[in-house]
Amino acid sequence: MSLDQFLSMGGYGFYVWTSYGVTFCVLLANIIIPVLQRKQFFVKALKKQRQSL
Amino acid sequence: MFLIPNAVVRFFHRMASPPHFYAFTDKVMPWLIIIFVLLTGFGLYGGLYLAPADYQQGDSYRIIYIHVPSAWMSLFIYMVMAISGAIGLVWRIKLAEIVAISSAPIGASFTFIALFTGSLWGKPMWGTWWVWDARLTSELILLFLYLGVIGLYGAIDDKRVASKAVAILALVGVVNIPIIHYSVEWWNTLHQGPTVTKMDKPSIHVSMLIPLLLMALSFKVYYLIALIQRIRIELLQRERNAQWVKAKVLEQV
Repeated sequence: MSLDQFLSMGGYGFYVWTSYGVTFCVLLANIIIPVLQRKQFFVKALKKQRQSL
Repeated sequence: MFLIPNAVVRFFHRMASPPHFYAFTDKVMPWLIIIFVLLTGFGLYGGLYLAPADYQQGDSYRIIYIHVPSAWMSLFIYMVMAISGAIGLVWRIKLAEIVAISSAPIGASFTFIALFTGSLWGKPMWGTWWVWDARLTSELILLFLYLGVIGLYGAIDDKRVASKAVAILALVGVVNIPIIHYSVEWWNTLHQGPTVTKMDKPSIHVSMLIPLLLMALSFKVYYLIALIQRIRIELLQRERNAQWVKAKVLEQV
């Protein structure tokens, strides 16, 4: 099977790859958001602790 | 309680304590990621490449490998949310409250994915993006329940009170779960009936079934990873004045 054939998914490429693409983005966002929030939390908390010292 | 070995009881007692739980998640995270990558890799290779095209639906059926596991997760996570919410409500265990609210955005995401991929599958196969049939409508209500839980939690400042309110809402919403599950049997609709979770033999070929089960496991492990990330930030914020969080903050320097 060639790459072109694989990507075309028998003519259903748009439906299949949009499904997989959106799923990937949503699942990735669910990891990135809490990780960023944690980083932000530590930055803020560190500032606060330094001020109170 | 005498039926449960002492070591298990001790494990759960330790895990209910925020600093111990936080340290534990650090240790298991790399293993979860390895298992997730392996399951997803084999699942997608099997589903998108090895498995043959469907004799009726051609290659469009390959959406099944994310659609069905997502739909299963949307129900599974709801039950986890309702049960841990109830545990938090009855025994006031902080970690149970946090598991409940941290599950909500992940469950909402899987519900959205199930609806969205279902729509993309429905267009070429049914000729429509959407129908108001029992399965689709009850799954949409599930999405609103998740969003309701998230909104309600955000609207109440005292997070312990918010957790109580959210747990009650989640428990009331449990009535929707069997409706979603049996909707394709109770009402004759456009959505196809179950192919895997039937009491007799599943009506799906083994070359298609194995990748489907691998993806279902992969999504379960993904849920654990995403849940742990959410729990961590929720724990840090709730316990920001506790000694162990202050020590953690200094470690980051």
